[in-house]
Amino acid sequence: MYLAWLFSPGRMHVPDGYLSPITSLIMLLLVLPFWYRGLQRLRQAMNARSVPVIALMAAFSFVIMMFNVPLPGGTTGHAVGGALAAIILGPEVASVAISIALIIQAVFFGDGGILAIGANSFNMAVVLPYVSYALYRMIAARTPLDSRRRLAGAALGGWVGLTMSALFTAIEFGIQPIFFKAVDGTPLYAPYPLSVAIPVMVIPHLLVASVVEGAVAALVVAYLQRTNLGVLQIAEKPALAAEAGGLNGLRALWVGLAALAIAAPLGLLAPGTAWGEWSSQELANRGLGFVPRGLAQLESLWGAPLARYDLPALGNTKLGYTLSAVLGIVLIAVVAWLLTALLTRGQSSARN
Amino acid sequence: MDSLPKLTSTRKRRNVVERTLADLSHTMEQSLFAEELARQKGLLQSLDPRVKVLGILALLLAVSLSRSLAVIAGLYVVALLLAWASSIPMGFFIKRVWLLLPFFTGMIALPAFFITPGPPLVQLPLGLVITRTGAQTALFLLLRVSTSVSLAILLVLTTPWNGVLKALSVLRVPDAFILILGMTYRYIYLLLHTTNDMFLSRQSRIIGRMSTADERRMIAATAGTLLSKSLHLSSEVYLAMQSRGFRGHPRTMDTFRMRPRDWLWGGALVLAAALAVWLGR
Repeated sequence: MYLAWLFSPGRMHVPDGYLSPITSLIMLLLVLPFWYRGLQRLRQAMNARSVPVIALMAAFSFVIMMFNVPLPGGTTGHAVGGALAAIILGPEVASVAISIALIIQAVFFGDGGILAIGANSFNMAVVLPYVSYALYRMIAARTPLDSRRRLAGAALGGWVGLTMSALFTAIEFGIQPIFFKAVDGTPLYAPYPLSVAIPVMVIPHLLVASVVEGAVAALVVAYLQRTNLGVLQIAEKPALAAEAGGLNGLRALWVGLAALAIAAPLGLLAPGTAWGEWSSQELANRGLGFVPRGLAQLESLWGAPLARYDLPALGNTKLGYTLSAVLGIVLIAVVAWLLTALLTRGQSSARN
Repeated sequence: MDSLPKLTSTRKRRNVVERTLADLSHTMEQSLFAEELARQKGLLQSLDPRVKVLGILALLLAVSLSRSLAVIAGLYVVALLLAWASSIPMGFFIKRVWLLLPFFTGMIALPAFFITPGPPLVQLPLGLVITRTGAQTALFLLLRVSTSVSLAILLVLTTPWNGVLKALSVLRVPDAFILILGMTYRYIYLLLHTTNDMFLSRQSRIIGRMSTADERRMIAATAGTLLSKSLHLSSEVYLAMQSRGFRGHPRTMDTFRMRPRDWLWGGALVLAAALAVWLGR
């Protein structure tokens, strides 16, 4: 009872003081390749887009840890959300997102130790997503996205995944009194041997926290099956991440621009000239009694090659106007392309 | 007495939304308070963030390395002095650490007093014996955890978060990673607000009691909606970044300048940490 209460909220954030600095360092070194792999994969899949995707997913992981999930019997628990993140994003990317959420919890909210960031990331951001995802894939296999097997996979993945990370946490605790003792034998860090640490960590997780983790994963996957099926494909095709949330931005931009260009000649139907763009002749016609001297002088300074957007050679104002527009768009596009090429020269190798 | 358990269970059942709401607003409050303190005048507030990050890390490492209870206690006094000099309300600073955080650690440390084998120190009724070794190991755990937490929150309470982020670049943390950390921190607030709104609107439409199963479905639906919203937002943020010229490489404006007193205090903190490590060998 005491033990169940002790660990029931599913808190596995190891504070500083439980692990020796050597253990913390080793755990950090163990996590580094996983972070590298996650960032690598993100960069391949979505390049510059990866920054906002990972930031938002990390923020999501942070917020999801605050949801109180009701369990049968009236208690509530918190999920880590690692299994869910792995199912949606794939374990590599989920690993980075959860780690960032954990770092922010440690640095800004005092939840979990700063030196222990490596250990916490390993337990909750490596073991949990990789184990959960492996089980989910194994059970889901090649079933369609909306099959019930995926729910079973998510539930079991979350349950086993978090229990495994509790086991790893317990092992880290349990080896402390073996290796790190004062001269007189006093344990310096977490005091309990493996024989105590493992059952104390694992059993309550099996019964409560891991159940919450699996339940959250399965229930949210079920909800997404009903409402936003595309999201469930991201893990396999990460480039979909942005599209699943909305329109592909650039394509929408080009379509919009083309529509505007096509609609532009509508302006020809309107009488008069654009406000404020009068020539000196027009100014006089509009009732201004005089032409400012400076304007008169400056006007002759620059004669545009396509004055009034007309190609005189064609003899047809409407056609000339449209051709000018096309020419203008092409010119701007070429200039923009040249500028981009100039500005990003030497960066492309770094980006890819 | 019969009605009491029933009452608490109804309260708990009803409270899933309310409890989440409370957790959300507690988190927002906590960091608003931290930002407020960080803007006040005080010793740590006046130092360069890089000095603080390195100094606090050195002290944390000293706490972790020390093999002497007295040295760890000494480092806790250092943390208290730094808090006092930085006009952090002392009552808050001590309570925040000793009431909330080792509540969890305290429950873990408690059995260690009794079950660790060693020479007996105090005989208690019911045949319980506090062993010398047990008392020491439990105190190690309690002191180390509370001192580490005190030092960690000192940093956040005296430094605006973007200062902490920029200071991370001295630790050779890659720019892209710092950019992601900063964006995450910023969007945590947006998502917290969004979630708060979702739960609040839900709460205002709940009449009577929901079954646990319904509550679970509701929580899952909220989580799923939040996920879709986050993904959608990420594509919008990407477009916004791109339209402002982002091409995959963050550029930071580094405006920090070390002054003599930054060097002085930075040196003092690191020296204190080194001394503690040496004393607590």
